[in-house]
Amino acid sequence: MKRRTLLASAALAMGLASAGFAADTTKVGFVYVGPVGDGGWTYEHNKGRLAVEEHFGDKVETVFVESVPEGPDAERVMTQMALEGADLIFTTSFGYMDQTINVAKKFPNVKFEHATGYKQADNVSVYSARFYEGRAIQGHIAGKMTESNVIGYIASFPIPEVIRGINSAYIHAKKVNPDVEFKIIWAYTWFDPAKEADAAKALIEQGADVILQHTDSTAPLAAAQEAGGVIGFGQASDMAEYKDGPRVSSIIDDWAPYYIARTQAVMDGSWESKSTWDGIGAGMVGIGEITDKVPAEVAAEAMELKAKLASGEYHAFTGPLNKQDGSVWLEAGQTASDYGDDGLAGMSFYVEGITAEIPN
Amino acid sequence: MDFSSINPVLLLASLIVAATPLLLAAIGELVVEKAGVLNLGVEGMMITGAICGFAISVNTGSPVLGLVAAALGGAALSLLFALLTQYALANQVASGLALTLFGLGLSALIGQGYQGIKPPSFPRFDIPLLSDIPFIGPVLFTQDFIVYLAFFLTLGVWAMLKYSRAGLILRAVGESHDAAHALGYKVVRIRVIAILFGGACAGMGGAYISLIRVPQWTEGMTAGIGWIALALVVFASWKPWRVLLGACLFGGINVLQLNLQAAGVAIPVEFLAMSPYVITIIVLVIMSADRSGAPASLGKVFHAGN
Repeated sequence: MKRRTLLASAALAMGLASAGFAADTTKVGFVYVGPVGDGGWTYEHNKGRLAVEEHFGDKVETVFVESVPEGPDAERVMTQMALEGADLIFTTSFGYMDQTINVAKKFPNVKFEHATGYKQADNVSVYSARFYEGRAIQGHIAGKMTESNVIGYIASFPIPEVIRGINSAYIHAKKVNPDVEFKIIWAYTWFDPAKEADAAKALIEQGADVILQHTDSTAPLAAAQEAGGVIGFGQASDMAEYKDGPRVSSIIDDWAPYYIARTQAVMDGSWESKSTWDGIGAGMVGIGEITDKVPAEVAAEAMELKAKLASGEYHAFTGPLNKQDGSVWLEAGQTASDYGDDGLAGMSFYVEGITAEIPN
Repeated sequence: MDFSSINPVLLLASLIVAATPLLLAAIGELVVEKAGVLNLGVEGMMITGAICGFAISVNTGSPVLGLVAAALGGAALSLLFALLTQYALANQVASGLALTLFGLGLSALIGQGYQGIKPPSFPRFDIPLLSDIPFIGPVLFTQDFIVYLAFFLTLGVWAMLKYSRAGLILRAVGESHDAAHALGYKVVRIRVIAILFGGACAGMGGAYISLIRVPQWTEGMTAGIGWIALALVVFASWKPWRVLLGACLFGGINVLQLNLQAAGVAIPVEFLAMSPYVITIIVLVIMSADRSGAPASLGKVFHAGN
């Protein structure tokens, strides 16, 4: 009898100790759309997670699930994370939007942060980066460097974020090269290296000598390297392993400062639902090293454009700009608003000059 | 819309490249299923083959050794499945799913440090005289040798299943393992050999992606091709030539729709994007109207003591 009491007391003491430990530890969950080794989007989000661990040490515990499809699976994963005691969950893909809102309703005490979406709730914040600023710089370099005047663009899904990128790249390529033409392929995937490589090859075979991508693997760069005489850009991450090959610059997503700040807010009880949309100026969008393949003059112009975008002196969407159908979108000198009719957040049209159609 | 920008020779050559990994994985799985075993671990074996082939190619400078390593890597993983399902009598569906998850994790572990490396190129295999035939030559007779290997494997599997004693025994085991056992055939041994063959084929299919189709190593790079191969076997009614047709249809239409998008064809992109799946399914469903059924013992556990 005495032994049983002793064991029960020990178990209770251990339980209380672990409960005390758990109370001091903030649990942060991450839901990823691709594998952490994709070399692009998910790789950078995971770097942000690791930065949180490094910054807070024992005060945080992070968990993640990778390669979670956008749909019912995502809802199950988020629910499981919440049930397992996550205090804060980052859901890192546009297609997790409705699932994030659904799960947040069931767990009002858990804070959620949804990347690139637009639906908020009391316990759901949204955050995104102004990738289109980076696309403006890529477009400038692409327009200057293409010899065939054909630029290939591998798009993922027809959502505002992707459409903004296409438009921004096109506007800035066209500015420096009026003869430029965009060929666009919708891959309908964020991550499928074989399909991304096939798309890149199709574009190259049809005359593209510059490849832009809004998909997450380095496969288009591998295809460009294989073809030879084709340049490309790192997407979401530096993809520096292709610096000696086709990669001439990159858009780098730096999520670490945001993830650290939001984790801190949960820890000190100051977390509030908000919308964050930062760009080059705030450091959320970085531009990777421009390699020697780019003429010094073009590189200097690109860096000047970067500085103007960062300071706010220049907006990537500055009129006069028309929509694809020829109707006026922005008057001369007018800049695009973030929200409202024809705002950037809900962009669903191409600008004038792009001949392709946006899928429904 | 500019069809002139599409080079039909390059398009058809790309079709073959896209079809090959699918064909290799599916033809291997067909043999496994003909033996009465359902291995859902194709994706895991493919990705393991992809990294084994890539790593050995890079480290030895020999893509052929890489291909051998890929076959061995896929077979090694399938051996794990064989031990679980044929000796420990574990559930085949659960074991196959576990194999896929294990393969994805193992390949990610092995693959660290291989990102961004260009593997040695497979030499093009120009078949003398035939490669000089206008149009057909560059499409069919100037491919890398894995393409020919995949085709001859399909031919070999068809001939083996249809005409050989070994094929008859394999089919007997798949149709009724108890009857085959009663006749004195070593059911477990036959199934293990079939599983190893399927694993080797899946491994080579994975290596084709990492060494030729992309060519690079990226974690998770098979991205569902193994599952498509599994579906293809079923839709092809377990017939090798239909598997070949299905692989060419799926791979070909996928490449074609990407090219049509780039050319700005006036077909809604949504229809183009779904066309590989829809057309492949429709064609194979129509062709399978002869009611060719699955092997009767497919997925069933064999108890040697019965």
